[in-house]
Amino acid sequence: MMSGSMTDGTEMKTAASPSDCAIELRGIVKRFPGVVANDGINLKINRGEIHCLLGENGAGKTTLMRILYGLYQPDAGEILLTGVPTKIRSPKDALVHRIGMVHQHFRLVPTLTAAENIILGLDEGTGPFLNIRKVRAKINKIANAYGLAVDPQAKIWQLSVGQQQRVEIIKALYRDADILIMDEPTSVLTPQEVDQLFSTLRTLVDDGLTIIFITHKLDEVMEVSDRVTVLRKGKVVGTQLTSETDKPSLAKLMVGREVVFRVEKTPVHRGDKLLEVTELHALNDRGLPALRGMSFDLYEGEILGVAGVSGNGQKELAEVLTGLRHATRGRVMLAGKNVTNHSARKIAAAGVAHVPTERITMGTVPNMSIRENLVLKSYRYPPVSHGMFIDYRYAKQMAQQAMKEYQIIAPSDETAVKLLSGGNIQRLVLARELSGDPRLIVAAHPTYGLDVGATEQIRQILLQQRDRGAGILLISEDLEEVMTLSDRIMVMFQGGVMGIVDGAAAKIEEIGLMMAGEKQGVSASAQSTNAKVA
Amino acid sequence: MGWESWLISTFARALAYGTPLLLGTLGEIYAERSGVLNLGIEGMMIMGAYAAFVVTSKTGQPWLGVIVAAAVGGVFSLIHAFASITLKANQVVSGLALTMLGLGLAGVLGRSWVGLPLFTPLTRATVPGLSAIPIIGPGFFTRQCLLAYIAMLLVPIMWYILFHTRIGVTIRAVGEDPATADSLGVNVARVRYLCVVVGGIFAGIAGAYLSIYYRPAWTAGMTGGIGWIVIALTIFAFWNPVYGLVGSYFFAALYFLAYRMQMWVAPSILKAMPYVFAILILIFVSRGTLQKRMGAPAALTLPYTRGEE
Ligand SMILES: Nc1ncnc2c1ncn2[C@@H]1O[C@H](COP(=O)(O)OP(=O)(O)O)[C@@H](O)[C@H]1O
Ligand SMILES: [Mg+2]
Repeated sequence: MMSGSMTDGTEMKTAASPSDCAIELRGIVKRFPGVVANDGINLKINRGEIHCLLGENGAGKTTLMRILYGLYQPDAGEILLTGVPTKIRSPKDALVHRIGMVHQHFRLVPTLTAAENIILGLDEGTGPFLNIRKVRAKINKIANAYGLAVDPQAKIWQLSVGQQQRVEIIKALYRDADILIMDEPTSVLTPQEVDQLFSTLRTLVDDGLTIIFITHKLDEVMEVSDRVTVLRKGKVVGTQLTSETDKPSLAKLMVGREVVFRVEKTPVHRGDKLLEVTELHALNDRGLPALRGMSFDLYEGEILGVAGVSGNGQKELAEVLTGLRHATRGRVMLAGKNVTNHSARKIAAAGVAHVPTERITMGTVPNMSIRENLVLKSYRYPPVSHGMFIDYRYAKQMAQQAMKEYQIIAPSDETAVKLLSGGNIQRLVLARELSGDPRLIVAAHPTYGLDVGATEQIRQILLQQRDRGAGILLISEDLEEVMTLSDRIMVMFQGGVMGIVDGAAAKIEEIGLMMAGEKQGVSASAQSTNAKVA
Repeated sequence: MGWESWLISTFARALAYGTPLLLGTLGEIYAERSGVLNLGIEGMMIMGAYAAFVVTSKTGQPWLGVIVAAAVGGVFSLIHAFASITLKANQVVSGLALTMLGLGLAGVLGRSWVGLPLFTPLTRATVPGLSAIPIIGPGFFTRQCLLAYIAMLLVPIMWYILFHTRIGVTIRAVGEDPATADSLGVNVARVRYLCVVVGGIFAGIAGAYLSIYYRPAWTAGMTGGIGWIVIALTIFAFWNPVYGLVGSYFFAALYFLAYRMQMWVAPSILKAMPYVFAILILIFVSRGTLQKRMGAPAALTLPYTRGEE
């Protein structure tokens, strides 16, 4: 402390830490009601490395980094920055210590410009006045140095997700961060954008930054990191040099057992045409076009995967198909009958099941019991109800049967749904939606946020439904999931279909290009026209 | 040249009646931009009107009346700020309560003042130079209240602050996405308090304009629903001070024209107008998608708690 006041900051740093340890976390504990998110975590991050935090959803990665960024206070444990115990009470403190974080869900104000977002909350010594030219110049300097091209004047909502991420990175660098935390940065990017991000990260590290990179994808760990720390259920289960480990052993650490990477899948038995969508148009919540003339078919007994960067109309498509959103133009035919803009109830009655993205807010009524949630679709009809009255005894039987069949683990069928874990809630939604053998299942991100066990189970259930003859529209941001489960893969971009490829033959590069807006086969045909001209 | 004098008188009346609308709208734009809907404009306005009338009557100093009205409006708005920001109460309910409280309180307190004349109302002024412009000059810049000119001048200032300064960026960020602002070290509650109080001050001044200039006398409920029109204008202005000016004068002109046509338009319809607006607003604020499409601040009416996203 004394020496700190006498010497300047850089000298103090070297004096305080002869080693090159930038951050040390000691015994960090963080409890939330019902879970210990971080359970005595010890972690050392070296200066100038890319350190991956690997773990399944719910392992506690985000919580740990939020503690480091001052958003949460730990219940126990301490943080040492270059060897000095430091309290980080708020993000402002973190910024003072030059820690920056790019959150999984971006922290950007959509209606402000990139530049405005970048300077938000900063005090640059100009009082209330903004020297926007100077701000832009600084942004451009950072952008050029690290390959982070963005237009500072563009409003955030006009930018692609990849561009928004660049704004987030610039935001941290603009504040002179020298430790950069990135929480699952690749989940919203196309494969090509991922490559670009990785090269940016390497330039940053070359310039002396330290990067903590959170992910649950093994490929990324192998590709980008110097060292990797694996978290499982809130505990550190190992830290290794990336060069001295491999994917299978990391997977085993992460999950706690051997992992089968492929699901068993029988060959497809395609039946009749089930769904025919023609020139479908719809608006999003802001009244802007979200679907712009989508056309595709879906057959009985197949899984049609929908790939695409989030926000390209997938949500709106699912909503239009299930009667939750109005189509402004176009037609939806279900088994030869026109169901365009029919009500959600009519569509459900026609045999369409919906597994929504928001399984808690949209898929269930959290304050009602398991039993009540299970009969939400069938309560109007016999045998669950007679006239005005619900046969609760029958509902109870039905609920207990469903709980057994779908392995919904809870004290009783009267337990409120909000008390269940994610996997149990999702199995409940499936139990309800799949009862009565629907013809079409619209499943949006069905395994998002679930642990490996639950994920496998849900995938098995979907495959069983397909083998039974149901048509499944599987919307997922998890490219691996789409590629393992789908018989055909449709790629969406800005509300249109970029192409539909065969699931078994699909190549990730091809899908990546389509996700970035390139139409299927365009490059090939462009080449052939060139050839003709020549 | 009948149409010329017709135009001039329409302009003049539009400015005179439009000024309290403009003042109120400017303040409400700031409150709503920060994410707080304040349906208590009417209540704050009438409290300002009452305070200005009493102070001016007692001291003979109308400008002192204006200052006290501003202070009373600001303090009164703290009730709504406390309820909706600190206690995180429903903003519609809290704002309505403020309006009822203000109307009731001013009605009771003002009983002994009813019918008393005011000897020193705000005086009129003519802007040198500008008043020489044909039509516009005599319409807008001749023999109007100084407050009308101040309100006009405030429009570009409020616009500039909102869209071109750090303060404005902070206010808009808080109204759109308080969690993001918070994560960058912005004190969300403080920004919202300040914006609500700004709204209260402006409403208070608008009230003063009514009671010591526009109709320099005290009658219970003398704001006559102007507060509701302000809330509608805030929406029609797309939360932009410049459009707020256009909207206020335009509405005032329409009102004046309708008034002139009283032989054809039943006066009860005119009187009902603010309440029709009020109903439209309540429909609007309860329709989420409609709000989004109009470009309402995304966090409007939503209280903010850290960690709940
Ligand atoms: N704000 C919170 N309130 C309650 N529980 C939480 C909160 N944040 C995280 N959790 C819980 O803590 C655990 C770890 O979550 P998280 O850190 O987000 O995991 P990861 O980022 O590794 O997927 C999960 O069980 C999650 O449900
Ligand atoms: Mg996470």
